[in-house]
Amino acid sequence: MTDIDIQELYQELILDHSRRPRNFRRPDGTTHQAEGYNPLCGDRVTVYLQMDNDVVSDAAFQGDGCAISKASASLMTESVKGKTRAEVESLFSRFHAAATGSGSADPVCLGKLAVFSGLRGFPTRVKCATLAWHTLRAALEQKASLVSTEGEETLQ
Amino acid sequence: MNTLETLKSTDLDVSAIRRDFPGLHQSVHGKPLVYLDNAATTQKPTAVIEALDRFYRTDCSNVHRGVHELSERATKAFEDARVVVKHFINASREREIVFVRGTTEAINLVASSYARSRMKAGDEILISALEHHSNIVPWQLLSEQIGTRLVVAPISDSGELVLEEFERLLGPKTALVSMAHVSNALGTVMPVREIVRLAHTRGVPVLIDGAQAAPHLAVDVRELDCDFYAFSGHKVFGPTGIGVLWGRADLLERMPPYQGGGDMIRSVTFEKTTYNDLPYKFEAGTPHIAGAIGLGAALDYVSQLGIDRVTAYERELLAYGTELLRAIPGLRLIGTASEKSAVLSFVLDGIHPHDAGTVLDRSGIAVRTGHHCAQPVMARFDIPATTRASLAFYNTKEEIDALASGIRRVQELFR
Repeated sequence: MTDIDIQELYQELILDHSRRPRNFRRPDGTTHQAEGYNPLCGDRVTVYLQMDNDVVSDAAFQGDGCAISKASASLMTESVKGKTRAEVESLFSRFHAAATGSGSADPVCLGKLAVFSGLRGFPTRVKCATLAWHTLRAALEQKASLVSTEGEETLQ
Repeated sequence: MNTLETLKSTDLDVSAIRRDFPGLHQSVHGKPLVYLDNAATTQKPTAVIEALDRFYRTDCSNVHRGVHELSERATKAFEDARVVVKHFINASREREIVFVRGTTEAINLVASSYARSRMKAGDEILISALEHHSNIVPWQLLSEQIGTRLVVAPISDSGELVLEEFERLLGPKTALVSMAHVSNALGTVMPVREIVRLAHTRGVPVLIDGAQAAPHLAVDVRELDCDFYAFSGHKVFGPTGIGVLWGRADLLERMPPYQGGGDMIRSVTFEKTTYNDLPYKFEAGTPHIAGAIGLGAALDYVSQLGIDRVTAYERELLAYGTELLRAIPGLRLIGTASEKSAVLSFVLDGIHPHDAGTVLDRSGIAVRTGHHCAQPVMARFDIPATTRASLAFYNTKEEIDALASGIRRVQELFR
């Protein structure tokens, strides 16, 4: 591959998490869960959360999708553990800004999630990365219905 | 059939044809464009672009209204296009050619006008398992409205209609058979003559969705003996927003109008309105005049090439592509019917079609990834999506080679 954009998008960290997604399991007991769906590509993800008062004590997911969506779900579950709802929200906004290239996301605060800044050259793929996050937020709000990326504009 | 076999691909001068399509000559992400998304829409020849341009520059006027020169020119060009369509599908009368927005609207027209006025609760509409959403959802809407039932004839693992099952499902309650001529997701060429024969034996009318057939195969509605035939302009090198519903005059005559408005009436009072003759009864409002003229230019273009030559050339291209793709380890073709047209749909082990599509795009190769508006087909093969390369007569073996190397690059990246 010589294409710089492609290498920016599919960085080793993303490929690694898509091949061996972390927290890819259905935990025995969870306090919160939600299912997300991207009708454009058929990707589905279920996010499971164990909330300890206001803190995410465990996060896991299951589902199937493209490399971007799997890596995003995997890295998301890693990065939200131990965070409060408010911290998760703030992390999502910074993640979203990095993925869309809007605003000035500080790569330091993003940690590993900064890898998704490669998405800014691929606007059609942003939804692949945000599916898991929208589902996570739905789980936190305990929305019963299926979350769809096609409602992204209203969800943001 | 015999003429097809004697025709050689060399009968088509593809480099000359490519010069007629300005859209093909551009770079995408720094690479020469390889356009393999023809089942979604085709590129347009200069003849079509110029026909649109000419209409808007010099003949722009409404049709069937004014007595002035421009209106006469516009009306003539519009009606001439209807004659071109008639010849293209070998219909017997211009009045059987209804201009619509596309195949989707054509099917909705039949559902709203023909089916809703004649069918009753419990009547069945028989489709196949490989239909595009546009040949599923209009019938589901009808079911919600009047209680008809949608019955689905299964397809085999190779993507072919199971004809015995289709025959078994044709029952006393079947009120209409509605099937694709060619599958958009799999490329299967359906045995439409046999479908029509079996349906007609039981007195059941047949609608054929020809969206994916018209660009690739000779369509002869009289030989097919079907009752309705629908296709889209933009998939046969014409403009978007224009398409055709052909119907038997006796059926169209007895159908109520689809939409009300100008052009579809003969006289209007607040007490009573009488409707216009065919085909205008179904063409309410100012039509897509430029679109129809552009479609006429597109069909003229295809006819000049010779649709049988196109079929022969594409058959060779498809065979070449099938062989090349089959040789790629980890690639599985979806849709391996013995009669296929212009579609190479595939999945790659461990690689999602969206990732493949993105990498191919950066190599300048335009393919479609996703469910191709045929989610039940994806469910049938237990896959979320495929990558689909779809061909037209302007594609070359070199472009198929580029696709194969692109696929290998995808596999390298996600190894």
